[in-house]
Amino acid sequence: MFSAFLIKYAEIGVKGKNRYLFEEALVHQIKSALRKCEGEFEIRRTQGRIYVEAAGEFDYDETVESLCRVFGISSICPVVYVEDEGFEKLCDTVVGFLRDVYPERNKSFKVNARRARKNYPKSSMEINADLGEAILNAFPGMRVDVRNPEIMLNVEIREKIYIYSLEIPGPGGMPVGTGGKAMLLLSGGIDSPVAGYMIAKRGVKIDAVYFHAPPYTSERAKQKVIDLARIVSRYTGPVYLHVINFTDIQLYIHEKCPHEELTIVMRRYMMRIAEHIAKETECLGLITGESIGQVASQTMSSLAATNEVCSLPVYRPLIGFDKKEIIELAQKIGSYETSILPYEDCCTIFVAKHPVTKPNLNVIRRHERNLEEKIGDLFKTAIENDELIIVE
Amino acid sequence: MEVYLDNSATTRVLPEAAELMNQIMCVEYGNPSSLHMKGVMAEQYMRYAKETFAKLLKVNEKEIYFTSGGTESDNMALIGGALANRRRGNRLITTRIEHPAVLQPMRYLESLGFNVTYLPVDKSGRISLEDLEAAMTHDTVLVSIMHTNNEIGSIQPIAEAGALIKRMNPDTLFHVDAVQGFGKALIYPKKAGIDLLSISGHKIHGPKGVGVLYVGDKVKLQPIIYGGGQQFNLRSGTENVPGAAGMAKAAELLYAHYNEDIVHLARCKSRLIRGLQKMEGIRINALVPDFPDGEHTAPHIVSVSVSGVRSEVLLHALEEKGIYVSAGSACSARRPQPSATLRALGVENWALESTIRLSFSVYTTEEEIDYTLRTMYDKIPILRKYAGK
Repeated sequence: MFSAFLIKYAEIGVKGKNRYLFEEALVHQIKSALRKCEGEFEIRRTQGRIYVEAAGEFDYDETVESLCRVFGISSICPVVYVEDEGFEKLCDTVVGFLRDVYPERNKSFKVNARRARKNYPKSSMEINADLGEAILNAFPGMRVDVRNPEIMLNVEIREKIYIYSLEIPGPGGMPVGTGGKAMLLLSGGIDSPVAGYMIAKRGVKIDAVYFHAPPYTSERAKQKVIDLARIVSRYTGPVYLHVINFTDIQLYIHEKCPHEELTIVMRRYMMRIAEHIAKETECLGLITGESIGQVASQTMSSLAATNEVCSLPVYRPLIGFDKKEIIELAQKIGSYETSILPYEDCCTIFVAKHPVTKPNLNVIRRHERNLEEKIGDLFKTAIENDELIIVE
Repeated sequence: MEVYLDNSATTRVLPEAAELMNQIMCVEYGNPSSLHMKGVMAEQYMRYAKETFAKLLKVNEKEIYFTSGGTESDNMALIGGALANRRRGNRLITTRIEHPAVLQPMRYLESLGFNVTYLPVDKSGRISLEDLEAAMTHDTVLVSIMHTNNEIGSIQPIAEAGALIKRMNPDTLFHVDAVQGFGKALIYPKKAGIDLLSISGHKIHGPKGVGVLYVGDKVKLQPIIYGGGQQFNLRSGTENVPGAAGMAKAAELLYAHYNEDIVHLARCKSRLIRGLQKMEGIRINALVPDFPDGEHTAPHIVSVSVSGVRSEVLLHALEEKGIYVSAGSACSARRPQPSATLRALGVENWALESTIRLSFSVYTTEEEIDYTLRTMYDKIPILRKYAGK
């Protein structure tokens, strides 16, 4: 029945002269989201609205699901549109529309007509009244309520006539690409994909880096991270995933530093490498899934210790979230099932029995000096062997 | 160099088996139930497969059924056997070291009200006949004991158990999971008092997705799959003709040089065991006392615990050198479920996390064993240094 969607967007509306940039980005994101859907679609931008019109057969559920993943959309209205074949025909169409969408036929409603085409023979007020009458004649169980209707029936008279009443909430946020680009440290756990999702929601394009430590972590762990990047990419578009072989650095740290500080030093090097790649690829910040106090390496002192090695801002959208809240989000975006697959990542394999929770920066710095001999070369090798996987 | 030492997980398909399957899939692809010539041709292959297994097991071809693999054979035997003979009682007996394909159906049967006794095993992974005798009651419907354990390679005294069961209660069904044992030991159900025997195609250089269940002619089973009534109504579903024929071809060829192969496998095993014993902090699991080279255990399975190295890490370190082995149990997890088999053996906690399994096939060479040993000599000290506690 539905053959088009009216896309409503919230925040873009308030942007001043940049507004067209945001709208163009949104249209672009909608296009790429629909590319994977069955059917052909035409996307039209008219008078502050975006219409997605199906050119023929399409899968309604699949299309709505895809649109619900496009950041910047505040809601999606499935639309029936018809040629203007006189007012009587319009009444029939509207009655048929209500019959199909609301089979209960006992709701309160209000007709909300808008004339973009001013030469239409009736005024908006007349359309409201006459259509309302036709509806009441067809369904005696329904009643008009202009203040608080259960059904807000919108009728827009343009070249064609658009009828819609349903409004499906979209994900909100801003179109990806309008906010620059950032580098996500993707671990394979529950948190990092959610962190990527949250920053992407604010219009930021996401690249990712994963630290692989063969033979201590398996190929399956890497595949899992690729799968997670793919889940994130359903919201963000293609993700450039950098896979860094971290084994030699990890072993070297293990050899030279006290084991309680292993995780902190390791994470400092992860941040350094991530920042290096981020700067080379024009990312404006790093994203991590850290949340205060979740584990020893995420206490305030530990965060300070890992934070001080980079100059780019580090975005930690989950910083105040409880694990339970993060899990709920992971379930919502569809990454949870993959995240809990049981493969080691390189943070879990070398953990000390009692890692420091209040690292002393001066001590950490002093111990890092033990690494001076080889760490520069190892760092360079790790970056030179960066394996880039484009995930989409 | 690629060294595949995970033959208890699955094996390479013999080329002759693959060729036969290709012929059946692409040319003689009929449905054995069809009345026309194409169907008759397909039926001939099913007959060939039945006759082959009947001959190798020394049983009647009417007693051979084809399933989707070892798991289905075990399910069909246990659930089908227990339900069809429920009026005889509600007691079942098995061991603590069975494959999940036996243990999980047992759990299911428990949920239906059956009582299951799980026999313990000794350090060498074998049950005692005294325990079995003590567990046997007049209302025992079925006993299931695996021939060869998939993780540690221990072999159970099947013939003695069969005789004991039949002496104590001739009505009790005796099921043997021979998925790891078939082709590595000569098993004759009729001589060993076995009523039901499970075999899997892909463990014997045949294809995946096909298996055999031997069902003695006097045994009553209730089907667990219902449909078109194929295979005497006991196992509905169009027969997997290429699978059954390919598996039969593989079994036929394996039995043709059974004697040399077993000697070869045993030689590989003792070579590996001796080489491993030269290292510190190593233990070979489930050896039979007084037989340090692994005699009286499966000729193709070695379970070894390496102190101070986690099995998954050792597995991946060997993988880097082209050597494929298995971690103690198939699932490796962030919080590994310690292997029930290893726990039943009573191994220490360290060994639960640090055990790998190496399993051979006729394709394994002594050079490969030596290469594996050299690699382990190189890697283990390094891994111990880093991942040790």
